[in-house]
Amino acid sequence: MVNVTEFTPWAGLGGGLLIGLSAGLLFLLAGRISGLSGITAGLFTRDREEIQWRAAFIVGLWLGAIIYTAVTGHIMRVDAPSSLILLAVGGFLVGLGTRMGSGCTAGHGICGVARLSKRSVLATIIFFSTALLTVYLVRHVGRWS
Amino acid sequence: MKILIPLFCGILFGLGLAVSGMVNPAKVLNFLDVAGQWDPTLALVFAGALLVALPVYQLSLRRQKPVAGDEFKQPDKDRITVKLVAGAAIFGIGWGLAGFCPGPGLTALAAFSGAAVVFVVSMLTGMLLWRFLLQD
Repeated sequence: MVNVTEFTPWAGLGGGLLIGLSAGLLFLLAGRISGLSGITAGLFTRDREEIQWRAAFIVGLWLGAIIYTAVTGHIMRVDAPSSLILLAVGGFLVGLGTRMGSGCTAGHGICGVARLSKRSVLATIIFFSTALLTVYLVRHVGRWS
Repeated sequence: MKILIPLFCGILFGLGLAVSGMVNPAKVLNFLDVAGQWDPTLALVFAGALLVALPVYQLSLRRQKPVAGDEFKQPDKDRITVKLVAGAAIFGIGWGLAGFCPGPGLTALAAFSGAAVVFVVSMLTGMLLWRFLLQD
């Protein structure tokens, strides 16, 4: 099922500025990269300080969503067009791929590009390309969704 | 102090994902669907994020160390490996199938999205499989 969504340039740009500010501040203040795959995978350690800052960041994500609801008066929209099987297979590949390739949309796409990392620029080009191709195959060739 | 900075940055990040609509897989998938219902919003999210992150990162790197930390934890920038290329390709396929990447998937849990729960549990499984079985 394909949901129609509206192009929202100002909300996109505004939200992007907040994400960029978050990434910039975490690096400037704490010297850490805000890659969500790295932050999540790094939770599985015995080092308490590592667990604490990572958990704090993830709790912050939820608080941010709650503040959004409190201020705007509506719950953020989450419409998942993909079937449960595609969500499960996709989630598994996201977990595996981001660890194998050391980063995700935030870690490579924003932080890596911001620190002018060749690895991250290449990774970003690759994951956008395979994602575009996958959606093309799913929606226009296989018609699975 | 050690908790406050990441907590505050997490709040900004979550707010940004909510405001931009990137917690919504329908919007992300429509960005990736250039041949169909194309919604270019994600491009502006990226542009906005880089507009701030790029100068702040570059200015930060002129410092010896972060304002409230011992060192900048920077992963390798240059070495192109098979793992990097294959991992990024696999991640992109998963992203295109699910419509979630890690940040939005985690944030969408706050909206009690069942789809986000399925995604996050599967993502953690993939991460742990790599960590304990496949990583050399």
